Amino acid sequence: MKTDKNHITPLYVYLGVGAVLLILTAITVGVSYINFGPWNLVIALAIAIVKATLVAFFFMHLYYDNKIYMMVFTISLLFLVVFISLTMFDTLRRGEINKTEAEPIKKEAIIYK
Amino acid sequence: MSNSTSHSTFLAHHFSDAEQQKESAKLGMWVFLLTEVLLFGGLFVFYAIYRSWNPDMFYNAHKFLDINLGAINTVVLITSSVTMALAIRSMQLNKKQNTILLLTATLLLAATFLVIKYFEYSHKIHLGQLPGKFYTFTGVEGTNPHIFFSVYFAMTGLHGIHVVAGMFVIGWVMIRTFKNEFSSEYYTPIEMSGLYWHLVDLIWIFLFPLLYLIG
Repeated sequence: MKTDKNHITPLYVYLGVGAVLLILTAITVGVSYINFGPWNLVIALAIAIVKATLVAFFFMHLYYDNKIYMMVFTISLLFLVVFISLTMFDTLRRGEINKTEAEPIKKEAIIYK
Repeated sequence: MSNSTSHSTFLAHHFSDAEQQKESAKLGMWVFLLTEVLLFGGLFVFYAIYRSWNPDMFYNAHKFLDINLGAINTVVLITSSVTMALAIRSMQLNKKQNTILLLTATLLLAATFLVIKYFEYSHKIHLGQLPGKFYTFTGVEGTNPHIFFSVYFAMTGLHGIHVVAGMFVIGWVMIRTFKNEFSSEYYTPIEMSGLYWHLVDLIWIFLFPLLYLIG
């Protein structure tokens, strides 16, 4: 796509994207009342990712702009994925060798001092 | 557009032309937004770890958040993103009056968001649903429910600070618009404030389902 420095997005794009974002908000609230078990989180995040993509592409002009900005933003998301997934590899597997269970934080714990 | 001599009012001497100046500003802004994503990223990791450790407690505790207020705030922020985008568009079309009106609308919507947040916070403070050792509420089933409220206040608090900062930035570009400092030739500061404001909206788009809509 050609880089267009002063691209003026048509009015209907902004209003249309805004309307779709509001509809998706209504949908995400609506489906939260239905129980899909483990899929609840997946559905909520999928809708959020679609909404975020719309905001980034059209409101933040990534779709029209020089793709270097898209690259910078994608890199930040990539590092976020690395950050979350590598941490979860550790924290999700803790206590499998020596069984541990959640217990209340003791009153003498450091956070209460 | 690329003739530097005719735009000497806003073109800094170390740029070869207005386009290069704008592209540089934008790249700098996106690198800043990258650091913002990673700043919030730490809190999203905080959330992910504790939710995976305490799924039932998170589910029980999230019921004490008001979905309606959260949804209204989502609508308010999305609308403010639309008015912000339209403010920039008006400036591209040299409609200064419209830009000021739309920036005012954005500021009012941001203030609405904070007022709703204030009511949510004061209700929780009143009930003692507070982070860490300040937690005195007893109505949540599950171990260590104060962790959920630590996550809640940390994430929405940092986001709230960003909303306040965004209001200052929008107010600043509004004053500069009043002073006729921008035109369809040069409106980079408004556009950069817009990018910041949309990022604040984008983060809320994730905070809302993760905190208010745990299934």
